[in-house]
Amino acid sequence: MSTADLISEAVAKKASEARSRLDEHTVKTVQWHFDERTGSPFWLAKKAELKFDPLTEIKCFDDLKKFPLFEDDWLRGGPISRWVPKGHVGKPVYVFETGGTTGTPKSRMVIEDHWKDYELFSETLPDQYFPKGANWLMLGPSGPRRLRLAIEHLAQFRGGICFCIDLDPRWVIKLIKKGWMEHLEEYKKHCIDQAITILTSGHDIKCMFATPKLLEGLGEALQERGTSLKEVGITGIFSGGTEFTPQWTRFAVEELLDGPAEEGGVFMTPTYGNTLMGLACGKPITAADGYKISYYAPQPRAVTEVVSFDDQTQLVGYGETGRVKLYTLTDEFFVPGFLERDEGEREAPYDTFPWDGVSGVRPFHELASATTVGVY
Amino acid sequence: MITLSPLRWGKQYESLDFIDVVHFDTGAPIAKIGTVGGGIVTRDLRTAEKARDALLAVPPAELLRMCGQAAELFQTGTLPVGDQMQTVDDFIHQQSASTGLPEHMCRNNMQKNAFVLANMEQILQCLTRGLDLSILSRGYGDEGRGVTVSFQAQTPVLGAVLPNNSPGVHTLWLPAIPLQVGLALKPGSQEPWTPYRMVSAFIEAGVPSAAFSLYPGGHDAGGALMAKCERSMIFGSAQTVAQHAGNPRVQAHGPGFSKILIGDDVVDDWESFLDLMVESVLSNSGRSCVNCSGIWASRHTREIAAAIAKQIGPVDVLPPQDPEAKLAAFTVPAMAEGTYAMVQQDLAESGVTDMTAEFGEKLIRRDHCAYLRPMVVHADSAERGVAMKEYMFPFVSVVECPQAEMLRRIGPTLVGTVLTRDSKFIAAAGRCTEIDRLNVGPIPTNRLNWLQPHEGNLTDFLFRARAYQTAELPAPLAAAR
Repeated sequence: MSTADLISEAVAKKASEARSRLDEHTVKTVQWHFDERTGSPFWLAKKAELKFDPLTEIKCFDDLKKFPLFEDDWLRGGPISRWVPKGHVGKPVYVFETGGTTGTPKSRMVIEDHWKDYELFSETLPDQYFPKGANWLMLGPSGPRRLRLAIEHLAQFRGGICFCIDLDPRWVIKLIKKGWMEHLEEYKKHCIDQAITILTSGHDIKCMFATPKLLEGLGEALQERGTSLKEVGITGIFSGGTEFTPQWTRFAVEELLDGPAEEGGVFMTPTYGNTLMGLACGKPITAADGYKISYYAPQPRAVTEVVSFDDQTQLVGYGETGRVKLYTLTDEFFVPGFLERDEGEREAPYDTFPWDGVSGVRPFHELASATTVGVY
Repeated sequence: MITLSPLRWGKQYESLDFIDVVHFDTGAPIAKIGTVGGGIVTRDLRTAEKARDALLAVPPAELLRMCGQAAELFQTGTLPVGDQMQTVDDFIHQQSASTGLPEHMCRNNMQKNAFVLANMEQILQCLTRGLDLSILSRGYGDEGRGVTVSFQAQTPVLGAVLPNNSPGVHTLWLPAIPLQVGLALKPGSQEPWTPYRMVSAFIEAGVPSAAFSLYPGGHDAGGALMAKCERSMIFGSAQTVAQHAGNPRVQAHGPGFSKILIGDDVVDDWESFLDLMVESVLSNSGRSCVNCSGIWASRHTREIAAAIAKQIGPVDVLPPQDPEAKLAAFTVPAMAEGTYAMVQQDLAESGVTDMTAEFGEKLIRRDHCAYLRPMVVHADSAERGVAMKEYMFPFVSVVECPQAEMLRRIGPTLVGTVLTRDSKFIAAAGRCTEIDRLNVGPIPTNRLNWLQPHEGNLTDFLFRARAYQTAELPAPLAAAR
């Protein structure tokens, strides 16, 4: 199938405009990170190692391929201040971590990116299911996690209050590695119990974030008590994780959420993201589309590509499988291409998101056996 | 290509997730299996009582009759399996193609499963010590001794996480149906064939389909099955068995470490037992927990090892269709390589000798699979590490050990064949708690009498004996007024 068959003329026009904005945004972002007055110590030092001058030779998004791949190991250890752009010195800085079950975690410094990302994401949430002013439950990891503060900000941005639980994902991974499955079940139950206590304590919670595993656990626990997510008042859920398969989504819609939202069930939207990039929105899922899940990054602040397994500079064709490559292009953080631990299929632009997306996200097959996914 | 779908209490479920089953030698896809996650398993098991209710609606005698018919259908019929009609030959080809077992071994395993099903009445008579099955059905009754006996079902369904490569083990869950306990099975990804065909045979024979669930899937589905079934069985490694040790809800089946112990009184006549030893080691390509992995004697051990090696050492890889094929493939070549590396470590220990060294290369690599040819090793003492090893191919260690020390050194032994006329040795073997199934006399370890319990009595696992007292209520006071 040709690109013209996949993308209408109107969408192609929008895609072209979006591409121009991305090129412009890329140049502006590179200028900021490599200017001696505004760039971070890390990137200013890295500049000396480059065989090109980013200030003069990055003229569009595709020029980012001149950079070597971003290595997330660079994020391990301190000082964290080397990542703070000089242009932002003096502002309050958050640090968010990933990994760290054993050894030094990867740390990303953030000033306001998590707020901005989730404010943009907020615009994609239908008010019908995520009413403004409604309270939220954050059923996901606590501790030094971007997600926890981001969801709280999302709730506050929409005029609500966010309730959270205690959940230490590093302990969960240790339980799995030790094979302590009974402890794992008990810990999951401990998390679900906290959620049920909050949901049944009269806080008028209508919206929530949950990882698929916890959403499943919560739905089951409520059903065992003779009730359901819908009956306790939930109208909208957003959820994320690589184990978000079409089959799981179908199960959730049909058997946990009382059917599709348009037929009275609870609305659920998938998201894909991480501490490096932020979060990508999901195209609405439908039974007619086989519960296919497609994600679109919040361009131009972040970009996802699906690239060849053999050559990370080459995009695969639409519908073809490749590795997910991420870019982060904000004035706080610069990632000029990072190979995610995931693979998927390249999706065509469409009206709402007129740029490439990715569907069928799953652990990269060469790493899959060593990856612990869906742990909480 | 055949597609197998999950079954949820008798209703086929069209999954959106599939795994491919591939031919062990060519890598070509031969089947697609729809899979489910733990959420579906958990949800279904909340209504497991309905599976038992459906079975309780059919009298045990009628279920036994249906078992007989299911045995016939399983062994000879053309049955709906997945989206196709499956003949016996289809079944044999498919099972051999995905597991790497030679076809004649698949037929043997099929016969074994059918035998147990066909003889279910006698098997249950033996397992229950002649109990009238209506007592299990109703929960209590009188056996004719004027005493009430009561057995309470501990679960409405038996869960089972089934293995990938051992089609013979399915005999263990079959008796659940006439005991009116439903089945929630997670088939192995390479051997879905027996559970699917067996369930189809049961349903065709009239057993209510609501009694059966089949949940192909990953660890998630297996974990949910184990967590939510009050009684389940799992097949796996020694590590799996250790993980569930002491858990009354789980019957874990792992390596058997089955052995032949030769008493001092008969060891000089060891040649009379050579065929028995060869069969115990080589049958079913050495894959079963009932295959012999250790032969213990106080003398002649080198001669014994050399004689077995001479018989099984030359065994080579043959096409799976060849009736003379003795070896099953490792469908994951890395598993064969890893196993062979462990054997090399065993052989590096002083006092351990490879008696099959002269019979050529042991590890045979193919594009998509690998084979390990039979090995016999001699250990000059029970101290050697290899004395406690079991591998998934015809492998036996012949261990020199004084008779007086044998029973305290053999370690866990699923089947122990004791060759002796020494009544003291026989009595000691009977008392040795390391031995599960005891064979006294020349009985190959792989020949099981199904009228006796195997690795625990299923009725004891599924039912609990308890008190049940009854007394007549006095006439209602209102009626007297």
